[in-house]
Amino acid sequence: MPARSLVSAAVAGSALAVLAWSALAPVSSASRDQIFEIPNGTWARRMSGDKVEILPDHIRLTLGVRDTLVLLNHDAVPQIFGPTLMMPGQSFRLPFEQAAVYTFTCSAHASGQMIISVFPFPATPWAKLAWRAHELYWRVRLQAVHIWYRYRL
Amino acid sequence: MNDAWPTSGSIARRGLAPALLSLLLLEASAAAPPAAFKAGTFDPPRPAPDFSLQGSDGQELRIGRFRGKVVLLAFGYSSCTAVCPVTLATFAAARRKLGATAADIQVIYVTVDPQRDVPERLKRFLGTFDHTFIGGTGSEAQLAAVREAYGVTAKKIPYENSYTYAHSSFTYLIDRRGRIRALMPYGHSPDDYANDLTILLQE
Repeated sequence: MPARSLVSAAVAGSALAVLAWSALAPVSSASRDQIFEIPNGTWARRMSGDKVEILPDHIRLTLGVRDTLVLLNHDAVPQIFGPTLMMPGQSFRLPFEQAAVYTFTCSAHASGQMIISVFPFPATPWAKLAWRAHELYWRVRLQAVHIWYRYRL
Repeated sequence: MNDAWPTSGSIARRGLAPALLSLLLLEASAAAPPAAFKAGTFDPPRPAPDFSLQGSDGQELRIGRFRGKVVLLAFGYSSCTAVCPVTLATFAAARRKLGATAADIQVIYVTVDPQRDVPERLKRFLGTFDHTFIGGTGSEAQLAAVREAYGVTAKKIPYENSYTYAHSSFTYLIDRRGRIRALMPYGHSPDDYANDLTILLQE
């Protein structure tokens, strides 16, 4: 068998193994918290005209895995953060127990609202696969945002 | 029979059985996980901003008036046909579930519509749910200041020949010490309210 075919077979086998693991391995999480933080200096940046959006206007949570929204205000001033007003140094922890779409009025967003979609626990192979794909996407996106903040601040 | 070991009869005689049972019950209650809030919780809790409004009970309405009670604070308006009636009916159901302890709960409902919600109208409206509920109204500026202090939004929306409001639909849970402890989003059941109120009442 030519070397190229061997490499292709190895790559395909690895991909299949990853897919199989993603679809079959039990879903778990070290923490059920989905954390969003307002960094110190956010208000000052907003005042200087910088359009800072910390909290996405659409958040996705999953029951039994990541079903608790945690908001942290590290800024020096009170902030409207999602559904509530938060004092400096204050945290807000909101658990969800039912899969549904929740809409909150949120003046911090241009749309005037924040949507939280809470999905059922991923029990089927397809649901596990979809959940893991979204987790991967979400982690990459968060890292990109952190890198962007470091670069801007 | 080995007399070194007491028989069950002798234990009962000495009153050890009730003592053991009490110990077991104590152990079980200590091992039980602490009750968790269904609402979103604040850490650290901040003092609930006080205000002075016209109460539907004919008195000045201030949060400080209810120190020592657990307060449910919500914002809305009596012409609301969707959110407010559901929220108020939920409060009433939760109070009924709590029985006699509900005497230590005060529902305060601050209007976002001072043009229509005069104290008499608020009293009639709230009385259809529970006669202990107290409404608050005031000038546009007073109410806007209260909303700002609590991070509540309300937007007047023209509708045919009248108007309606889009407003925050959550409820603040304020403890006996006058601190904002939790925020319950719209849509939670009377059981969820009863759960969280019980936690606050037992503190």
